[in-house]
Amino acid sequence: MSAPSAPAAGVAVSGGRRLAPREGEVIDRGAPLRFRWDGREHSGYRGDTIVSALLAGGVTVFSRSFKYHRPRGVLSASFVDPGCTLQVGDEPNVRGGHRRVEPGMNVRPQNVWPSLRFDAKSANQLVGRFLGAGFYYKTFIKPERLWPAYEQVLKRFATGGKVSPQTPHGVYDKRYAHPDVLVAGGGPAGMAAALGAAEAGAAVMLVEEDYDLGGHLRWGDASQRALAAELVAAVNAEAGIEVLTNSVVTGRYDDNWVAVCQRRHPDRVGGGFGPAGSPVIERLVKARAGGLVVAAGLIERPYVFEGNDRPGVMLSSAARRLVKLWAVRPGSRAVVLTANPEGDAAAEDLASAGVEVARVLDARSGGDVVRALGARDGSLAAVELGDGTRVACDLLVTAVGWSAPTSLLNMSGDRPVYEPRAARFLPGGRLPAGVYVTGGLAGDASAERLVEHGRAVGAAAARGEDPAGVEALGVDEHPEIFRGRTHGMVDFSEDVSSKDLVAAAGEGYDSIELMKRYTTVTMGPSQGKLETVNAVAVLSEATGRSIAETGTTVWRPPYAPISLGALAGRIHEPVRYSPMQPWHEAHGARPLVAGQWIRPEHYGDPEAEVASVRSGVGIIDVTPLGKLDLRGPDVPELLNLLYVNKWSKLAVGSVRYGVMCADDGVVLDDGVTGRLCEDQWLMSTTSSGAATVWEWAEAWLQTEHPGWRVQVTPVTTAYASINIAGPASRELLGRLCTDVELSGEAFPYMHLRAGTVAGVEGCWMWRIGFTGELSYELHVPAGYGLHVWESLLAAGGDLGVGPFGIEAQRIMRLEKGHFIVGQDTDGLTKALGAGLDWLVKVDKEDFVGKPEIAWQAGERYQRLVGLQPLDGDVVPPEASQIVQGERRIVGRITSSRRSPTLGRSICLGFVEPELAGAGTVVTVLAPDGRRVPARVMEHHAHYDPEGVRLRG
Amino acid sequence: MMRIPCPYCGPRNSSEFAYKGESRPRPEVGSVTPAQWRAYLYDHANPEGWVAEGWYHRAGCRRYLKVERHTLTNEVRSVTPAARP
Repeated sequence: MSAPSAPAAGVAVSGGRRLAPREGEVIDRGAPLRFRWDGREHSGYRGDTIVSALLAGGVTVFSRSFKYHRPRGVLSASFVDPGCTLQVGDEPNVRGGHRRVEPGMNVRPQNVWPSLRFDAKSANQLVGRFLGAGFYYKTFIKPERLWPAYEQVLKRFATGGKVSPQTPHGVYDKRYAHPDVLVAGGGPAGMAAALGAAEAGAAVMLVEEDYDLGGHLRWGDASQRALAAELVAAVNAEAGIEVLTNSVVTGRYDDNWVAVCQRRHPDRVGGGFGPAGSPVIERLVKARAGGLVVAAGLIERPYVFEGNDRPGVMLSSAARRLVKLWAVRPGSRAVVLTANPEGDAAAEDLASAGVEVARVLDARSGGDVVRALGARDGSLAAVELGDGTRVACDLLVTAVGWSAPTSLLNMSGDRPVYEPRAARFLPGGRLPAGVYVTGGLAGDASAERLVEHGRAVGAAAARGEDPAGVEALGVDEHPEIFRGRTHGMVDFSEDVSSKDLVAAAGEGYDSIELMKRYTTVTMGPSQGKLETVNAVAVLSEATGRSIAETGTTVWRPPYAPISLGALAGRIHEPVRYSPMQPWHEAHGARPLVAGQWIRPEHYGDPEAEVASVRSGVGIIDVTPLGKLDLRGPDVPELLNLLYVNKWSKLAVGSVRYGVMCADDGVVLDDGVTGRLCEDQWLMSTTSSGAATVWEWAEAWLQTEHPGWRVQVTPVTTAYASINIAGPASRELLGRLCTDVELSGEAFPYMHLRAGTVAGVEGCWMWRIGFTGELSYELHVPAGYGLHVWESLLAAGGDLGVGPFGIEAQRIMRLEKGHFIVGQDTDGLTKALGAGLDWLVKVDKEDFVGKPEIAWQAGERYQRLVGLQPLDGDVVPPEASQIVQGERRIVGRITSSRRSPTLGRSICLGFVEPELAGAGTVVTVLAPDGRRVPARVMEHHAHYDPEGVRLRG
Repeated sequence: MMRIPCPYCGPRNSSEFAYKGESRPRPEVGSVTPAQWRAYLYDHANPEGWVAEGWYHRAGCRRYLKVERHTLTNEVRSVTPAARP
């Protein structure tokens, strides 16, 4: 064909496939752009999809199919187009039929090796019979020893692009929304529903998967395009409607919790949480919608016949979109198979685009295509008709019917029902209150009637009214056309043919759900949108059951693929610091993440910190210790219930150590609780257990003992907590506290006092310590924490006071044999196993966990013991097993450190009861295979087991 | 995500609540047998239908609630304070 010098409107310019400017096109011819495809430079216009730009440049093959590596071209020219999944830069699996092309994009084909033109794996076409239904299950079974080899083979077959490990993190975001009405779908009915709802006073969110509102009107005739423009203008003018385009409703969950994925917004810059100026790649909107209006429209269904996947065979909606939206001529010589007015319109549109329409086959009066014949490169060369004649063409357009994407209705509890008159599934009428349907999903009508229906449904959704009040849409007669005389592809994503489905049915997989799993039909990236009804129809044909009897598969979220980045969204993770954090940072503290808290692990040399505490004095920031203020006359009752030991007689001014177990007897938490005055107690918990213990206390108070008069208030962050530890701690505290007598007689071990420290009134001082030294734990009003901390350091310079971190404390507590809940105990450690026999008082009437702990006495259980490797220079790693013989596990190491005080390694661990006697030598098996003999000690404590130092 | 109508706070996302499992009376510790106690700890009826269960409104009023929920539809029929008589 020679190029006319002055092309008529709609006729191709030069030899390319791009048409002259036409009404309704979405490309901006004033904004040409260049990008790369498969290593070569291509051009397009802003508004082009990747596929429309490539097709305009003459590219017709975009990928190789999943199993057989058959060449694939355009089928639907939309998001679900199975042959148009591409790699863009580092981003795999980009939907080329949807994604707009951008300047400089580097687009490559996927699933080709070594290249798109010459694909070695296309040899699979020749061995197709080995790759038929259930081939995974049949082929790669025996022998078992070859499984790793099979895995390698299967990996080579896997589709999908490549993710580069160097890909920089993009900005993903999330948002919560509370629209009164959420409309899924921005076609005529959806836009009208949004308008109807907004006019009734609702705040509306209108979500459209495409880049523009308008739905099928956009590629309709002039009056339809005018109607679309009118509706779009009205929507944009309505302040009550928020429009999200290039966005998709991915799921509907309980009570209209609706997930919306806003895709790629290169024009939306992250608001201060990403690298400056970086675009938001995707945003997950979690919407709680008052009403949900589903206006998802209809998806055109492929026709099943031999060669239906050849490049050049496409749906009528694809051909019309290519011509009307992107001004691309989809072929030169076309055959059109049509069973509906849209197919008829496609033939007209092709003619208007200068395509020679060689034959229009009317399926309503018996017109049919038997097979599509290929050229040497696999693309379409001719079609064979029912009478055996062959028509040469490079384009075959089919319009044989529609599928209803009922996913959101299924997710709402509905089961669609097949309507043979319309040759598609319709809503089953089992929707919960608050879910509405309009548009093509609900029935067939003129655009004007769809608008009227949508408007009424939108208004009903806004008012929360029953949609039964809206006059229902009818359905148009449509012939039931699914498969022709030959077998062809049903699932283009998974390479599943109708022959495979018939074979599977013959093997007994004759329920649609079983067939789906066996053949993987509808399980590919198109998620059944194109394939499901054809699969059902082929199964129905194979079994002789009707389509209605065969039923359809259950559609589950997500409706469309959603990236992990979007699901992760923006990270909202709270971090907690003590009031002394600025000091820690300024003094080189190495940060340690402990739950939500960031704490100093050490300030450079933890062993030196230990030595300093043991010989002089040190201070540690223990603010994260959980603290609960307990008030009321029944607090002793609560303490007696929560702790395994007795609390009735705790005197004012005293503190006591306690352990809590759950009702299964497993150690839950431990800590010290003090009685501040007659009816006020302060309970301390482990740092990680603070929230758990609070909820635990509330649970018992609110459910089992609502009559007890107890008020629990969490005060963890109301106080800054500092432990002053070491033989010189009394001297140091005495320099800053003048109103409390600190002598051992006046303020003995396990007591508390209130007083003034460094001028700060209302400080609580507890004579307790985890380190085993004389020590005082201060709880000071949080706002003065830093002041008291700095005052202690300033006042004790001559005493050698310094800060110590968590690591030094861990070493010292291990020297003292104190266990840490969650480190030395686990989810199976009951009280007696942890060595708490001395603490548990089973003669109490009740406490949480009492029955299990009482029974444990008669059971066989591992015991927590102190252990010392015979070679004190060997520090076995924590979690090393203790073994007998070759590898019989008889225990484990739970804590292990080098003790700078003792100059040797020390451990805590669990051993079988027979091995728990002092002096027993056990074998520790380190992860590297070393066997470390270790002696079981008499005490948990390796240092000062009598507790002389802390009582000083 | 289902919503739970909290009697103190109104309808709220279930993510504000901590699930505490089926509500069952704690056996009398003085007389309970190991079999009864472990049935209390570990055995759940898990019916298809209505179930009474505990939910703690952690991100709200911090009350323990007894919720009657249908396990098939997630419909909530009643929400009351969890206090046992």
